[in-house]
Amino acid sequence: MNIHEFQAKQVFAQFGIPVPKGKEVKNVRAAEKWAAALETSVYVVKAQIHAGGRGKAGGVKLTKNRDEVPGLAQELIGKTLVTHQTGPKGRKVRRLLIEEGAGIAKELYLSLLVDRDSGFPTFIASTEGGMDIEEVAEHTPEKVLKESIDPAVGFQAHNGRNLAFGLGLPDLEPAVVKPFFQMLDNLYRLFMEKNASLVEINPLVITTDKRLIALDGKVSFDDSAIFKHSDIQKFRDLHEEEPMEIEAGKHNLNYVKLDGDIGCMVNGAGLAMATMDVIKLAGSEPANFLDVGGGATKETVAAGFRILLKDKKVKGIFINIFGGIVRCERIAHGVIEAAKEVGIKLPVVVRLQGTNAEEGRKLLAESGLKVEGVADLWEAAQRIVELRKKKK
Amino acid sequence: MSILVNKNTRVVVQGITGKEGSFHATQCKAYGTQVVAGVTPGKAGQEVEGIPVFNTVRDAVKKTEATTSLIFVPPPFAADAILEAAEAGIWLIICISEGIPVNDMVKVKRALHGRATRLIGPNCPGIITADECKIGIMPGFIHKKGRVGVISRSGTLTYEAVNQLTQLRLGETTCVGIGGDPIIGTGYIDLLHMFQEDDETEAVVMIGEIGGDAEEKAAAFIQQEMTKPVVSFIAGITAPPGRRMGHAGAIITGGKGTAADKMAALEAAGVTVVKNPAEIGEAVKSVLS
Repeated sequence: MNIHEFQAKQVFAQFGIPVPKGKEVKNVRAAEKWAAALETSVYVVKAQIHAGGRGKAGGVKLTKNRDEVPGLAQELIGKTLVTHQTGPKGRKVRRLLIEEGAGIAKELYLSLLVDRDSGFPTFIASTEGGMDIEEVAEHTPEKVLKESIDPAVGFQAHNGRNLAFGLGLPDLEPAVVKPFFQMLDNLYRLFMEKNASLVEINPLVITTDKRLIALDGKVSFDDSAIFKHSDIQKFRDLHEEEPMEIEAGKHNLNYVKLDGDIGCMVNGAGLAMATMDVIKLAGSEPANFLDVGGGATKETVAAGFRILLKDKKVKGIFINIFGGIVRCERIAHGVIEAAKEVGIKLPVVVRLQGTNAEEGRKLLAESGLKVEGVADLWEAAQRIVELRKKKK
Repeated sequence: MSILVNKNTRVVVQGITGKEGSFHATQCKAYGTQVVAGVTPGKAGQEVEGIPVFNTVRDAVKKTEATTSLIFVPPPFAADAILEAAEAGIWLIICISEGIPVNDMVKVKRALHGRATRLIGPNCPGIITADECKIGIMPGFIHKKGRVGVISRSGTLTYEAVNQLTQLRLGETTCVGIGGDPIIGTGYIDLLHMFQEDDETEAVVMIGEIGGDAEEKAAAFIQQEMTKPVVSFIAGITAPPGRRMGHAGAIITGGKGTAADKMAALEAAGVTVVKNPAEIGEAVKSVLS
């Protein structure tokens, strides 16, 4: 689960990680009021959306004049920001963060995530703050430091020394070395206690008055552990999620919207991805990823149909079920009943394989519905693409 | 021969009195697996389809000499169940549970480090040696004893590949689902090594997907160590970056972990990479002939 920057900074503050003084506002009046309460030489107005690249897209405004804050807030609130992470549709700005600016002496990069190879939580740090870390890693890999933390003992002083000396921090600004150790320790605690999957501070700033501050903040949480943290659950912002994905989640279906026109419904995540790939190979584009789980029932199939049909771009539906423990004739029953219930008018191809597949296909053929049962995966994919093209 | 498990493997099922645990323990037993014990705390003395239930894995091991554990415990308690099995001297742990918190697995992986215990999964369909023993949730009937080893991060996609191998009368030796999570117990390389050493295995099918760089690392291993042919399919060429595709580990981050990169690495290592999942079986047939 992703959260907003202002929420990430609240979590930082809770764990003793220094952040600029700031507040989240939803309208111009609140922006004005809060700006009046800030004592600073620079005011920062930041659009709050779940996407990076806000600065380049014009979502971050600075001013030295307090009276300009309402005007800047007015400019941003309700605006649709398009960044390299939002896609062409962009995201509507509904919330702003109004905060004090900082005198920047040096920008650093710091993040913490689990390294998939070693299975250890790993700090990534760089002297190249404020830049896209993937680009830094690609062009100047020597400027990206990694420090793995042994989860058996947690963060240790030598981990801090490796990073501090690696970054040349004692030469850059000796006064921030101790606060840096403290920050690393706190970040590690946050990461483990709150089941974060990513904590990123970019830039981490050394200020002109020799302080260390998290000028930006990004935190993502492990969806599998969110049940443990009611405080984090409250941070969820449904405006930042695709409505159909929220709907799918209510039915325990795993759905990701894509841009094509063949809707697909599959049991199992790997097979669902493979089904998308095979639709493309057959000459069309998948409209979505939809995993209905290992045990596809009439209820899950019906819910799946409803979600697929909400996407008006969908011109054909491809159901791919490998019946293992679940028997195919039961799935065929489910598909028939769900199709009748939902009232499907689009071409539907159902590829059934596995236990009692033949019986399942026979049921589909006798149903009187425009639902075709096919045994072979490649044949089925070609068939749905053909039917969709005929419909054009 | 086969790898890891065979008809003599003695299995304890953790979480055996739950809905999934009891169903699959029964199915495994029906396939011919020696399911010698079950564990559910507080339910010692009960039986599930004639399988005795114990309170702890330690008791089960002492009474039945089980060496392998199959875990169906709900995700919040699964890490503890894995560690309990390891502590009781279980040699091979197969964890089916999906949705274990990543930080729990971080600690489990660290705790298992340096021990003789091997973990398969979590979030996997399990392991099967065709016509000998099934320790997992896969449909047994699609498997047929034969010549090909299978390693996969997926469930139903694995069944798809296995079904093709069986239909083409190639058959399988052992099929291992390594799991769809970012942190898993056993990766491709260990299993590729075992298949390379296994007399009966003539070729290996390796099924991967987007996310991480395990396939790239496996490619390097294959190039250096494998003399047996490897056929691979990587799911997710159409998957968008930054989105999690069902499996917790299936996500392209920072431009890394794409299907295209993985396919290129495997091809460069001499692996036969198929783009169409319907052609996995045919590709194996042609490398074996």
